[in-house]
Amino acid sequence: MRELTLLVTLVFLISGVTNAQESDPGVITGNVSVLWQSYQEDTLIGAVVPPSKTGFNAYANLIYTKGGFSSGIRYESYLNSVLGFPGRFKGSGIGYRYARWNDKEHGVDVTVGNFYEQFGSGFTLRTYEARNLGLDNALDGVRLILNPVEAITLKMIYGKQRLDFNDGLINGEGILRGGSVEVDLNELIPTLNEAKLKIIPNYSFVSRFQAGGNIIKDTLILELPLNVGVWDYGTTIQYGTWRGGVTYATKINDPSADNGFIYKKGGALMYFLTGNVKDINFLFKRSTTDNMSFRSDRNLLLFDAPVNYIPAITKTHTYNLAATLYPYATVVNGESSLRGELYYSLKRGSKLGGKYGTKMSLAYATSYSLDTTALEGVNGDLYGYERNSWGFGDSLNVRDISFEMERKFSKTFKAKIMYMNLQFNTLATPVTTDYKGIVFADIFVLETQIKTAKRQSLRTEFQALLTEQDKGDWATVVAEYTWSPHWFASVMDQYNFGNPDEAKRVHYIYGSAGYINGAHRLSVGYGKRREGIFCVGGVCRAVPASNGMEITFTSSF
Amino acid sequence: MIKSNFNGMNYAKSLAIAVFFASSLLPTISAQTVPSVKLKDLTGTTIDTGAFENDGNPIVICFWATWCSPCKRELNNYMDYYADWQEETGVKIIAVSIDDSRSTNRVGPYTSSAGWEFDILLDPAKEFARAMQVINVPHTFLVNGEGEIVWTHNNYAEGDEEELYEEILKLVD
Repeated sequence: MRELTLLVTLVFLISGVTNAQESDPGVITGNVSVLWQSYQEDTLIGAVVPPSKTGFNAYANLIYTKGGFSSGIRYESYLNSVLGFPGRFKGSGIGYRYARWNDKEHGVDVTVGNFYEQFGSGFTLRTYEARNLGLDNALDGVRLILNPVEAITLKMIYGKQRLDFNDGLINGEGILRGGSVEVDLNELIPTLNEAKLKIIPNYSFVSRFQAGGNIIKDTLILELPLNVGVWDYGTTIQYGTWRGGVTYATKINDPSADNGFIYKKGGALMYFLTGNVKDINFLFKRSTTDNMSFRSDRNLLLFDAPVNYIPAITKTHTYNLAATLYPYATVVNGESSLRGELYYSLKRGSKLGGKYGTKMSLAYATSYSLDTTALEGVNGDLYGYERNSWGFGDSLNVRDISFEMERKFSKTFKAKIMYMNLQFNTLATPVTTDYKGIVFADIFVLETQIKTAKRQSLRTEFQALLTEQDKGDWATVVAEYTWSPHWFASVMDQYNFGNPDEAKRVHYIYGSAGYINGAHRLSVGYGKRREGIFCVGGVCRAVPASNGMEITFTSSF
Repeated sequence: MIKSNFNGMNYAKSLAIAVFFASSLLPTISAQTVPSVKLKDLTGTTIDTGAFENDGNPIVICFWATWCSPCKRELNNYMDYYADWQEETGVKIIAVSIDDSRSTNRVGPYTSSAGWEFDILLDPAKEFARAMQVINVPHTFLVNGEGEIVWTHNNYAEGDEEELYEEILKLVD
């Protein structure tokens, strides 16, 4: 690690010095982001003050590129990390560094050091950074991408995975090896070059090596597998605006903390279709995943060292109450799920659509437990259960139906409404400790935007979430005023007016203002933020309640 | 768990030196161009971002996602003016979705229904976004006829399209 960091630093220096005289000295780009929070105690909402009184996270990326060569580093600081982040991230240092050579002419692309990679739809491998969650599972090793011909892409990876940060990157224990092949048949077969029907098959395989040992279950002494492999076969088919795909994935026995150390094989089947019938665009997806959680260390849980990615079936909601009170995250040990969405626009200038048209969408998503039979005795200890089919089990995880309509009425006014009906099983996705079972909720949103003057506008949101369960009813009001292109100010009030405990019927008021100039953005906020669940792409983290000030700065060049 | 033998101060120092040298060279480095990453469009065709071209006319690159409300407001507003902008300046807008495999299938139906006539590319692993130093979306870049990035804006507020259009006009005057 140390040597490679020095090497990358050296490359920066040398490339700068030698290239200053040349005609193409190369390009340096980068970005910086800083997040600072201060905390005040608020016993009513459960906000506490950490011993350091403030939290500070900072990141800076620098990338040097010259022709096919590039190298980069990311400097990170957690002094101490802001609340809601893994508290074990500590200190300052280099969290990411790499060097890459991409010879496009000969179809060779080599990376050493850290890299992010995804095979197919991610069932076998997806390394990524979700900085807002403190999730970064970058690989640290070597990646080779080869294009023997334009239509065939071969990828090979070897590496360890980022797990922690303490004055620098700390990798996890397991070693990952893998490869993928993607073939563009239309590109490969000359007679199909111009065909409307496109078929792109892909295959990938990833294996983990981790030192083993024995575990004891009842009277059994069981040996842990040293090598665990997961692979998938997928095909995407495209015909004009229609697109479909199917992926089948499987994993050999992988006793882990996630699955209670059972030796059952994992499996997944996913297919989707999108397209349009006249003006109605649609999306359909069906997915069943069974025991497919795969980490580079079998003993870890939650956000630590995930190797693959099983996205949540529900839509990523954007309105505060719909997005943060009951966000659904995939049940990693297995679920059977379905999603269907319809999009339709009333045409501009039509009688119903108005001068600017009207956009509408309807989304339905549901997820159930797997259709399984529990096993008894020794088989139960070893394999846990047997899956009867790819179909749905009896227990509902989530059902989410939402309807949206958006219309621009004039040059200066537009509005959007949303209704959502939600059934959410807090036993499947434990987002609250106050209620165990299914929360039934109706959510209503009205958003308006008024252009008040040249380059100025006022946007408001009125939201209500009505439920008999958990913390009861909520209302949220947001008002945001913008002076394009530089300034904004906003205030938000979340009010838990229906909390069964009258003392907890609290207003969470938060105000913020900011300045934007090109790729630089500074914002300052102050107020109360409720305890909640913050999610990116189906991965969620609990964020504690807080009361205080926040400053964020981002910049890129 | 293996922890590297690591001294933070030394790295901080070498980093500071590297940044110092690098920044002293900034006036001499070449103008920033669009890095090369292979992405798929909605028809499944592979596009090399380093080879974007528009007959010498300006190109606008917008990073967005189906779950990002300001991004959709921005691109829907651009759509209201797109025909006029194209006629007057020949500009082309490329909308790059950073939706991951949870929502990447939503990009086709949404953009088709919204009537977007932009070139739409998919960047589900955020490889292009990282290469362009995009931290959050929306993030918009204006590229001149020589392929150089001449203007950039992070965030979107109603009316920002007026500033963008002024910048586009500067390139064609």
